[in-house]
Amino acid sequence: MLEITSIEKGIVIDHITAGYGIQVFNYLNLDTADYNVALICNAYSQKMGKKDIIKINNVIDINYDFLGLIDPNATVNIIEDGKTIKKVKLEVPDRVENIIRCKNPRCVTSVEHYFPHVFHLVDKEKRSYRCEYCDDIVIPYPVK
Amino acid sequence: MLKNRSLIDPSDFTREEFREIFDLGHQIIADPAKYSKSCEGKILATLFYEPSTRTRLSFETAMLRLGGQVIGFSEAASSSTAKGESIADTLRTVECYADIAAMRHPKEGAPRLASHYIHMPLINAGDGGHQHPTQTLTDILTIERLRGSVENKTYGFCGDLKFGRTVHSLVKFLSNYEGVRFIFISPEELRVPEYIREEVVRKKGIPFEEVDQMEPYMNQLDFLYMTRVQRERFFNEEDYIRLKDRFILDKEKMSYARPDTYILHPLPRVNEISTEVDDDPRAQYFQQAKNGMYVRMALILKLLGIY
Repeated sequence: MLEITSIEKGIVIDHITAGYGIQVFNYLNLDTADYNVALICNAYSQKMGKKDIIKINNVIDINYDFLGLIDPNATVNIIEDGKTIKKVKLEVPDRVENIIRCKNPRCVTSVEHYFPHVFHLVDKEKRSYRCEYCDDIVIPYPVK
Repeated sequence: MLKNRSLIDPSDFTREEFREIFDLGHQIIADPAKYSKSCEGKILATLFYEPSTRTRLSFETAMLRLGGQVIGFSEAASSSTAKGESIADTLRTVECYADIAAMRHPKEGAPRLASHYIHMPLINAGDGGHQHPTQTLTDILTIERLRGSVENKTYGFCGDLKFGRTVHSLVKFLSNYEGVRFIFISPEELRVPEYIREEVVRKKGIPFEEVDQMEPYMNQLDFLYMTRVQRERFFNEEDYIRLKDRFILDKEKMSYARPDTYILHPLPRVNEISTEVDDDPRAQYFQQAKNGMYVRMALILKLLGIY
């Protein structure tokens, strides 16, 4: 069985919907990290069947809006001295800035590039969002 | 209080705020001379990055009839946009010269973006296939003059409902009123966008049907809102040619309509309404264009805080 040892000080992002771990990994730029990082895909989960986990052996800034957008069911555990000192509960964000980009070729965001891309939550269950400018609706990370 | 506010989308104002504008619009129609000097010393900028006849001329005429003056451009090529200037910079510059601006742009959301960079009132005069809230003011003033109120009526929308920004704004506006029902008549490819159907109509529980035939529904309508297929929004000319003549309102189809069913159209028309319909008293699209000037006069007065 694959074994990943526990970490002393850092962050564990657990219960990530299987398949989305790599996207969280990429968003956090963990491929360029100079500290130990583990991305575990399709780990067994009693509750979820299978899940992804990321262990980061360092304390880094995390954009919780992004994590909530990609998977509000994930849990973020802050680890110190090998123990969980804080659990962060994620929420689907009402508004996200510069995380999603509008793909509507008719949107003003396709030609002017000096302002933030803003999306507003439309449906929490579907996790659909509306572009502030053109109203185009997107589901960036569909519920699996 | 509408002073210094911008109108980018019909959801920017409340029902009560729109009521103020329509009431003033009706008063202006009754006595236009009373308002002929109301905007003396004020300047409206009309910033049209895309061609327009009615909207630009009615904005400019509205300001002139209020005693104000007008500056602006009627195509992007004659502005610094041609040199690569951003929308934000153009608007910030125009704000140095004018008291209020009306802006048309081919890209969806351009006026919303511009409104974040300026403090003067900005009016969306049409952004791509997205919204056209002052056409909605025109439509509603016309509906009120013909039938008293917008409530408890069935509205048919026919033609290009995907790119028809006037349809999007009107549906969004009407969805706030009791007893309205919509029949969307279009080819499948040109149906209303998802954000209108799901987030406006369905969410507000408005009864609606999406159909691809006109005749069986004509006798159910209080108003039939015709639209042209928006050639300039198609990336593929073949699709435009295939769809452009799908619905043409002619005398024969008018025979299915009730005597009190009025025909509206934001204009310009191409061939979706046969000219033989123009003499029918139920055809109200040219009166609609005239009402557009009056209601824009009311809007300018309200946003400048003069009335």
